[in-house]
Order: sequence, then structure tokens, then C-alpha cells
Amino acid sequence: MIAQVPPNLAELLGQVIGYIYPNEIEIHWSILIVVYPYLTGLVAGAFILASLVKVFSVKEVQPTYRLALLTALSFLLVAPFPLLLHLGHMERSFEIFLAPHLSSAMAMFGFVYAWYLMGILLLEIWFEYRHDLVVWGREHKPPLRWVYRALSLFSTDISERAVAFDRKAVRTITIVGIPSAFLLHGYVGFIFGSIKANPWWSSVLMPIVFLMSAIVSGIALVLFLYMVVTSLRNEPLDMKCLDRVASYLFYAVVVDFSLEALDFIHRLYQSEESVKILAQLISVKLFTNLVILQVLLGMLVPLAVLVAARTRRANPDLRKLLYFTSAILIQLGIFSTRWNVVIGGQLFSKSFRGLMAYKMEMTGLEGLVTTLGLLIAPFVILLVLVRLLPAKRVGEAPVHPA
Amino acid sequence: MKLPEQVTRIVAVLALIVALVLLVRFVLIPPAYFSTTVHESATVRREVARPVNFAGAVACQDCHAEEWDRKAQGYHKGLACEACHGPSARHAEDPMSVKPFAPRDRKFCPVCHAYDAARPTGFPQINPESHNPLKPCITCHNPHDPVPPETPKECAACHAQIARTVALSAHALLPCATCHTASKEHRIAPRSALPSKPQTREFCGQCHAGGTANPDAPKVELASHGGGYLCWQCHYPHLPEGRP
Amino acid sequence: MNKREFLKKGAIAFIPAAAVLQALIRQAEAGATSGAGAAGSPTPGYEPRDHWYGMGIEVEKCIGCNRCAEACKVENDVPPEPFFFRTWVERYTVKQSGETEVECISVNPRGERKTQDEREALRSFFVPKLCNHCAHAPCVQVCPVGATFTTADGVVLVDSTRCIGCRYCIQACPYGARFFNHHTNTADKCTFCYHRVVKGLLPACVEVCPTQARVFGDLRSKASRLVRFQRMNKINVLKPALNTEPKVYYAQLDGEVR
Repeated sequence: MIAQVPPNLAELLGQVIGYIYPNEIEIHWSILIVVYPYLTGLVAGAFILASLVKVFSVKEVQPTYRLALLTALSFLLVAPFPLLLHLGHMERSFEIFLAPHLSSAMAMFGFVYAWYLMGILLLEIWFEYRHDLVVWGREHKPPLRWVYRALSLFSTDISERAVAFDRKAVRTITIVGIPSAFLLHGYVGFIFGSIKANPWWSSVLMPIVFLMSAIVSGIALVLFLYMVVTSLRNEPLDMKCLDRVASYLFYAVVVDFSLEALDFIHRLYQSEESVKILAQLISVKLFTNLVILQVLLGMLVPLAVLVAARTRRANPDLRKLLYFTSAILIQLGIFSTRWNVVIGGQLFSKSFRGLMAYKMEMTGLEGLVTTLGLLIAPFVILLVLVRLLPAKRVGEAPVHPA
Repeated sequence: MKLPEQVTRIVAVLALIVALVLLVRFVLIPPAYFSTTVHESATVRREVARPVNFAGAVACQDCHAEEWDRKAQGYHKGLACEACHGPSARHAEDPMSVKPFAPRDRKFCPVCHAYDAARPTGFPQINPESHNPLKPCITCHNPHDPVPPETPKECAACHAQIARTVALSAHALLPCATCHTASKEHRIAPRSALPSKPQTREFCGQCHAGGTANPDAPKVELASHGGGYLCWQCHYPHLPEGRP
Repeated sequence: MNKREFLKKGAIAFIPAAAVLQALIRQAEAGATSGAGAAGSPTPGYEPRDHWYGMGIEVEKCIGCNRCAEACKVENDVPPEPFFFRTWVERYTVKQSGETEVECISVNPRGERKTQDEREALRSFFVPKLCNHCAHAPCVQVCPVGATFTTADGVVLVDSTRCIGCRYCIQACPYGARFFNHHTNTADKCTFCYHRVVKGLLPACVEVCPTQARVFGDLRSKASRLVRFQRMNKINVLKPALNTEPKVYYAQLDGEVR
């Protein structure tokens, strides 16, 4: 929320190439709007990974299940904040919930978010942890005792029957949760994809590409976190699990890359009016971000690394290193993807005749410091959650090394 | 069948949330908040209540009938008073205490009348640096009836872009009257008495057909060159062949 | 407790709740009346539904003096910096090489303009631009809280007490007509000088145009300047393929204009 004209507009005017409509000099959707789809993408992706265990019965991935759920929750809790901080009138944000204008895709936010948070994620976590919460509520001393009891909603039944009900509930919720996760992140893709005024965004593929890159980033994040959390606990890593997650990551990257390549080839081949300015946009403004960061480092190198890990039957330590590296590169790549879509779409004029510049502030509500804070906050929350709700089930045998 | 205790607890929480939402939606927030009609009409009222700064040309007529009538006959008849005198709604409300701006500076009139190639043909344009430098425009031109003190002799007064183009071309030394006949009426009421354009190929042939007249002009065989078209349908006489 | 008891107790609780609900809904439906007009009201008897406003622009008449953009800023309290415009003027130079050069003269109206090389230029002209008050406006469609809407007389307005400043409408406008007003922290744009129009005055830009290149009128009126304009000229609109149904009609609009 800025009370005065942004001070750098005169400077930006000097950096304009070609002709832009005079109102376009100000870039409206800043780094915060890059962070939002990045965060919800991680939520959707982590949840999809978790659903592999419950819906598709991929048992090898079980060790990451609880971590994936908690990761999804941590990121979901932080997700509304970049949006809130970006608004011109934060104090009116509740209008979207109370009196939404139904023809707007953005108006869906309140309902989709609330449904996913409460109806899917919190509910699933509750059913998954309920038995353990009851047990911990009995074992621990106050004040934690009361925390666990409150979290379990003061339930006491941990009979076989109740636990079986819990398991069934988790499965049902996950099945409903998969399309809900698609909606949570897909609607953001639709927000961009339905803007006919902007040819960089306007595409039928946009929601699908958004979703696939979300799945890639989510799986990569859980892979990364599983390795970090397990190592911090000095526990052995389950290599079968890691290999399985890495192979799903590989499939996801292949699909995501194919979709993005399809979009690119289609645009080039169709050669609509906007293709000239978009080509200029890529070569002048987005070359490093798109070609180097998003495609090369973010997709092609991790793809090669994952292929190498699979085919070469490298020893576990090398595989761990390769997985770790590709997970980090993928995060970088997907963040670049979001940047290239959001910021990239605002760097060329709708007159198709010019290019603008975006200067990210350092301080201020929409600055780099705030962004870093928003990106770190979910990890802080996750730390608390992982301490409070450990992944290891009550009564479960310790994990055997692979 | 006994309901599992998980379900009762979840339903209880759900009921609480639903109750809260309903409370807020239907009790705590006034119903007018949700009505688009209320908001739209309030917005319209707010917009309509904004102050008016330009009185509108018609408002000037009541008190300034003499200037109005004079302007209505001349070249500035389509020009609203406030285009030069600025927003004058306060003056219209209280004529004695608020006076509108009256442009006297030489920088003012060139905003419209300085030469700009994109300005339409026939719009009077001058070069402010060379057109009676240092003299205020109103010395010779009454803004309410801006007829120039002398009828312009040069066509360039209104056809500046064409004049500048011809000056670069092979036809630079030809006066406009060589090919165009403009009556006296044209200088006073331009759109009602248009100048003529050559209507025969032979006209251009006076210099450009084979023969002895004007040996510097490029020659063509009139009978076989260019089909049935008039010369200027392909060649731009103000800049023949694009470059001198 | 068992299922039967639960349902019984639930039903008992819900019936009075439902009754209260019904009463409140009825109250809400009855409640939406508009109050009395404030100071500065429309001409008496003004009925918005009888009008449908649009604008005509004759490109060949525009001399690029920029008085329209300046008058708009004065009349409508638009931020004075050269980054916010409700209306502006563009200058096009179409060259023999096929290239077209465009600049916005409103950003630096008294500054140097690009000089044209008469040997290279094929044609050059000015094009005034503003909000098109589209009949099928994408900005109205995408507003998440309905802060931007079309009035019954065809003018697209922004409710600055409702706008949350998400800037979706600014992204959705294909014409670059919207900007973010940092004084109100809401989206802002041309309103066809609605406060003047309902009182029988012309929008400020139309009022001050020296060559009458801008024509404002009522499309529902049988005899309005705009209806005559539509009769006597071949009309074009900006970006027709986007199906926004703009209500700003251009005569002599060159194909190079975007």
C-alpha cells in the first residue's frame, strides 16, 4: 500500500524501448504476485505427492506422506499474505469473501482457499494424526498435553474400528483433495490464461502448465525436505522411497517440459501478430531468466541429472547428491517460471510496439526483504509443525536403511 | 447405528464455523453492503457531485456576446473559449472576483500552430522561430478573429509539410502555381474552393515527354509509358521517385 | 448419542435458525433503495436508461495540441505526473520502409518531438486515446468485488470506496486506459466526465478540442453529433477482434494504430 507515487517511474521511463501506452510504465503485479503462485504450487504439488500413497497405494513413498501434508499446510498458511500485502486496500480484502463478483476468476480465491484449507488439508491432517494425538495427549506433560488434546478435539476413541474409520476418511478426503488441489492452483492459471488483452498470458494451456509445474515443484520440495529433515534427525534415508519420489519427479518434469515446449512451438508455428514483440521480449528482457534459469538450469539439467541417477545405478550417496541438486535447481527453475509469466507478461506493451522495465524495491511492502520473509516463513512454520507432529507413527518400528 | 466420535466432533466444529459465517453474513453486516444497486447508485452520486472546472463555451455567450459573435464568424469558430482561456467555471459563478487566464505569451499559440508534420494538410502552421520573432502573436492576429493581416502569398502558410517535401525534391524550383491553380477564394474559404490538379498526361509531358523543352527533366515516351493512368497516379509530384 | 438422536436434536436447532434466516433475506431484498441526491445533481428529470453514451474521434482533424489531455487532468483531479492519463494523444509516422514509429506526445507535451524526415515518411497523424467504455468490458468482467461497473447510460465507472486495489482490471484492459491512482490507492480511468455529462455539458476533452476532432453524443438520441458522425464516416474501433465492443468510434483510423 503506497501512499505516494512510486519514485522510480521517471527512471523507468528512460528504460523504455520502443512505444508503450503511457499508463503501462508502472508494473502493477510485482514480485509478491510471483510468490503467490509459487507457494500455492508447492501446496498443490506436495499434496499430489501425498495422494500417491493414499489413493494410488504407492507404498514406497509412505515415509514422505506426513511430511508432504505438513509442508502443504505450512505453505498454504503463508499463501494469502503476498496477496494481502499487494492490495491497495488491505482492509477491504474481506470483500472478496463476503461479496464476490461471480464473473471474476479471482473472486474464487476465498472459497477455493477456505475449502482447501479446512475441508481438505486440515481435515486430512486431523484424521491422519488423530490416533497419535490422543496417545500423545496421554503421554505428554502439560502444557503440551492440552495442546494435543485440543488438537484431537478431545476425542478418546483409539479402538481398531475408530482407526479403520480414520484410514477410510483419509482416503476419501484425498480422493476429493486431488481435484481440489487442481482447482487451488489451476484457478490461478485461469486468472492469467483468461486475459485476452495479454497474449503472453492468454492461452488455453496456461492452467495446465501452471498445474504441472506446480506438481514438479511440490514433489521436488518434499524430496528436498525429506532429505533435510531425516538427516537432521540423524536417521537413515529410505533409498527405495527416495528413488520412487525421484522417479515421479522425473515423470512430472518430462510432462511439464513437453507442455511448455508445446506452447512455445505452437506460438512460433501459428505466428500471430504478437509473436514479434514476444520474441523481442524473450531475447531482450527474459533471456537469462527464461533460457538459462527456467529451461536450462530448471528443467534440462535436472532432467539429465535424474536420468543419470536412474540409468547409471550410481551408489546411494551419489544418487542422494544428484537428487538433492536437482531438487534445488528445480525450485530455482519453477520460481523463474512464475517470474517469467507474471513479470514477463508485464514487460511488453499491449500496443505490441515496446518493452518496459521492472525494478524490484529492496524495502517496502512489495520489496525483496518482504519477499524473502514470505519465502522463509513457511519453513519456520514447518519446523514448528514437524516438532509438534512428528512423522513417525506411534508404535511404528524405526525406519530400516535401504 | 452409533456415529463414530470423529464425525460428531468434526460436525460440531463445522456447525460452529457455519454458525459464525451465517452470523456475520446475515446479522452483523447490514444488508445494504451486499446490494450492488446500493453501491452503484452511491458511486454515481459521488461522481455527479464532483466539482465542474470548465464552464462550457455556451456559458460565456451570455456575458461576452460581442466576442462570441466575432468568433462565430472567423476561423476560430469551432474553438471553445476555455481551450485558450483555461477552466473558467469559477469565473462563470463569480465573474467579478475570479478572472480567467488570458494568453498573451508568444509560446501559447504555437502549441497548436507550430509546424508538425503529423498535423493535417491545410491546417495553418508556422515556424515560431522565424515567423515574426519576438512579436506577440496577438499584435497581428486577433485571437477571436485570427485572420492574418495580409492574405498569405505562399501556399506554405497552410501546406507546410508539402512545401518542405517539395523543397527536398527535384521539383524544388517549381512554384506551386506551375501545376495548381488556386483562386483567391481558396485563401479565404479553403474547403469551399479547392485548387486544381493537372488532369491530362500531356500536362506533365510539357517537360517530360520527348522534346526540347526543359532538357534536365527525365524524358519518357508518353504514348507507351504508364498505360491509361494520369502521371500522378503513380508518381508523387511533390517528391518524384521518393528521393532527389 | 446415536444417529437418530443426533438428527432429532439437529433438526430442532435448525428450524428456528432457518426462520431467522428467511426474515433476514427478505429484509435484505427490500433494503436496496437509493437516497436523495447530493449537491451537484443531474439535470432534473435525467433518466439514465434513456441514454447510451459514446464518443467519436476524427483522426484527420486531430492536430496533436494535447489540450484534451491537459484539460482532463485539470477537470478530473488526475495525478499530474506524466505516468497517469485518463486520455492521451499518440503520434504515428508510417515510413516508406514499412516501419511505423509511435510516440506519446502527452508524456512531454512541450518537449521536442521526433522530427520527421520528409523523404522517408509516407503518412503521419495523431490519434487520441481514452477509455473506450466498452459495451462488453473485460475490466468489468474481471473485477473480483464488482467495484467497476457499467451505468445504465453506458459509462463504465469505478467505485473507489469498494475497489480493493488488486489491479486485475488494469491487466485486463487491452487499451491501456486504466491506471492505479496512488492518492486513492484504487484503479482509476476516464469517466466520460460523467459529472458534466448528466448536467448537459460536454466532457472536458471534447470541450477544449480546437478542431472538434472529438465528438461526444448519445447513441440513443435520434439527432446527436455522434449519430451523424456514424452516418457520415466509415467507422473503426480499436482491437475489434477482442470483442470488447468499444464505444469510442474512430473515423479515418489507420491500420497501423493499435
